[in-house]
Amino acid sequence: MHVRELSVLIGGRAGDGINSAGLLICQLLGSIGYHVYMYYDYPSLIRGGHNFAIVRAAGEPVATHRNRVDVIIALNQETLDLHQGRRKPETVVIANRDLVKSEGTGIPVQAVLAEEHAPPVMGNSCLVGAFAQAAGIRWEELEPVIRRHLPKGTELNLKVAKRGYDLAAPGTLVDRSGRASGPVLTGNEAAGLGLILGGLEAYVSYPMTPSSSLLHFLAGMAGAFGLKVIHPENEIAVILMAQGFAYAGRRTAVGTSGGGFCLMTEGLSMAGMAEIPVVILLAQRTGPSTGLPTYSGQTDLNFARFAGQGEFPRFIVAPGDARQAVLWSQEAMNIAWEYQVPAFILSDKNLAEGTYSLEADAVPRTTVRSSPAWDGKEPYRRYARSGSGISPLAVPPVPGAVVKANSYAHDEDGITTEDPVVVAAMTAKREEKRLALSAAVGEMADAVAVSGDLSATDAILCWGSNTGVSREVARNLGMRVIQPVVLEPFPTGQYRRAMEGVTRVVAVEDNCSGQLAGIVRGLGFPVDREIHRADGRPFTCERLEELVREAAS
Amino acid sequence: MTGNPELITDARNTWCPGCGNFSLQHALKSAIGELIASGTPKENIVLVTGIGCHAKMADYLNISSFYTLHGRTIPVATGIKLANPDLTVICCGGDGDMYAEGLDHLAFAAKRNTGITVIVHNNRVYGLTTGQYTPTSPLGYKGKSTPYGTTEYPFNPLELMLGCGAGFIARGYTRKQDQLKSLFLDGIRHRGFAFLDVLQICATFFNMTEYYRDRVYDLPPEYDDSDFAAACARAREWDYNTDAKIALGVIFRRNIPTFEERVGPWADGMAGRDDKVSRFLADRA
Repeated sequence: MHVRELSVLIGGRAGDGINSAGLLICQLLGSIGYHVYMYYDYPSLIRGGHNFAIVRAAGEPVATHRNRVDVIIALNQETLDLHQGRRKPETVVIANRDLVKSEGTGIPVQAVLAEEHAPPVMGNSCLVGAFAQAAGIRWEELEPVIRRHLPKGTELNLKVAKRGYDLAAPGTLVDRSGRASGPVLTGNEAAGLGLILGGLEAYVSYPMTPSSSLLHFLAGMAGAFGLKVIHPENEIAVILMAQGFAYAGRRTAVGTSGGGFCLMTEGLSMAGMAEIPVVILLAQRTGPSTGLPTYSGQTDLNFARFAGQGEFPRFIVAPGDARQAVLWSQEAMNIAWEYQVPAFILSDKNLAEGTYSLEADAVPRTTVRSSPAWDGKEPYRRYARSGSGISPLAVPPVPGAVVKANSYAHDEDGITTEDPVVVAAMTAKREEKRLALSAAVGEMADAVAVSGDLSATDAILCWGSNTGVSREVARNLGMRVIQPVVLEPFPTGQYRRAMEGVTRVVAVEDNCSGQLAGIVRGLGFPVDREIHRADGRPFTCERLEELVREAAS
Repeated sequence: MTGNPELITDARNTWCPGCGNFSLQHALKSAIGELIASGTPKENIVLVTGIGCHAKMADYLNISSFYTLHGRTIPVATGIKLANPDLTVICCGGDGDMYAEGLDHLAFAAKRNTGITVIVHNNRVYGLTTGQYTPTSPLGYKGKSTPYGTTEYPFNPLELMLGCGAGFIARGYTRKQDQLKSLFLDGIRHRGFAFLDVLQICATFFNMTEYYRDRVYDLPPEYDDSDFAAACARAREWDYNTDAKIALGVIFRRNIPTFEERVGPWADGMAGRDDKVSRFLADRA
């Protein structure tokens, strides 16, 4: 049965609690059977400016928003003024009457807050209450959502929300025929859960948008999962500290964005040479340099592929939504520890800080995997050659094992060497690992994910957070979607199979040079048209459909 | 080398004849031998080195080690110590490692009171890169990058560490090997961050043997190393630039909780992980 969609925009100033109100609306609409997705847009400042969130609720999983919305919840005048273009004739406006001149439902927020002795930040709860009534949601449905998801100041929030609820006129916007009941997570939270399921023991990170919310999430989870979460002096310390943790046997991940990753590259190269496992969540934002801190980009794919001096194997995976983030973050952890290599989770702001509902029973889990342990036959050789390039691991303290990790060219014992024969042999050892990893990637399920119309001859090529919007556009236009999820080592065989029968490829990327298009062309595959976006904002369904239609005509 | 032969690898030693690192290595090897004799299992000792002449220690000492990057010993050592607080973690770094490339890490290790021992091979010159000035070279030092002399004062590392909150601060000298060994043992046995600036002779590029011979002295027995004001005065006596007497010994010592203690013990975080994740997801539905 087709469920009627609902899109809700809520906007106000930074500090108005727009993100938390948006998340509450996600939970509310999720609780009555919708799948939800939320895009959250905010400038890089603490108070003032314009923040808005667009919640889209639908009958099937969604991972993108629409340009047009059904409801606008305006905490200030700017929200209405800036989003005129998103209105349809039937769009319902719910506004703070004290600050917004508008038709629609005007709520005297200031008076409600004064009468309830509530702080200004609870104005958002008042308007969410009014929205619920206007949408046709029963108070008995809203109340438990507030109780569960607003653990601070719950009673007062309830009072304020009830006042807003009672002040609005009942409407009938919601469609209750949906059957979803899954959890609602941001991309960063999904990656964090994936790391936890992948055996994470320590997380080390210096705050940098849009990775910081993963640091906050894991710091909050540290007690429950026995994690050590450390925020050191800079990103140089971050990646080195992580390798200290790993040397002493703790499965460790780090998180950052482009600028922080620049500082990590020397340490990354050490992980390659010293063969220390480390997982790096790289959440891209608009570059170069400081760029747009709170907006998205897909400009660091080639940077992640080539960062660090010298040649060494690495694993790069770019999940496209929360479900893939849970699955592939586990895989990144496993690959790092099986192959003793750096493994990247290449994310971006739209994924990291976008909110998704998962299907309840579809949170994927894999088993925790690691390198073989030392068999105890002395002497222990940290870099023993094995044929696969993977040396058995011993973690100090092990009686009889002298464990020598080394950033210099070294022999099998980990002792520095300049001997040309040994240096060449140890280079070959690392290359053996790359080949073994490449072969393993070829066998991974959906290293290249294909969706849409599998018989279509027109395909959209995309990666990362553009996957959700590409899937919808492909559905509307009858196209195939090819999403390489593993980007290094590139799953060439799977890509070739994904391309079978395709005669025209339109690549969609949030950069201006077409980095993924460049990779596949380099492997001999055609890309016919490229659609680039480099303003930090995500494609909406409408806009991408227009561009793809144009490109494919 | 005499004693503890099992602590030496068969890697060929490539330090210059007369290098202060021989003395430093011998003192450290003896200190480690004594630690082992007094009950610390050898496998519980981990050496972390930077890059430079000093760092060859990682190849020469037959104990677990991590030969890291220039300036980056301390963050690696911090990760190792947090991962397993039972390990005895010793960092060897040069003055370039600790006072130039990795100064931020040094300051933070002192600030946090991370339970690692930091030994600075302070020869006040870049040896392996063939003779440039370092952060502790005196004003006017003529090196390959400063042929007309440096135009900046040196750091006083002891004063720097006092300002950063270090809980154990000592200075040794490579020509006083017995004292060096006992300072190493004191530092390693100190609960928390221990910092040792070791004046090291670079026989090839900056031989200060005569200068130090005339100026070094041992702190007197009545010196109270718990007195912060006295420690500041003693640290400032010689500023690594102007002629003055050079005190050797433990300048300052105090006990406060360590970083790893404050971070807290490891729990068994793996038990019931799947169920906990499921409960978390149910809460989010």
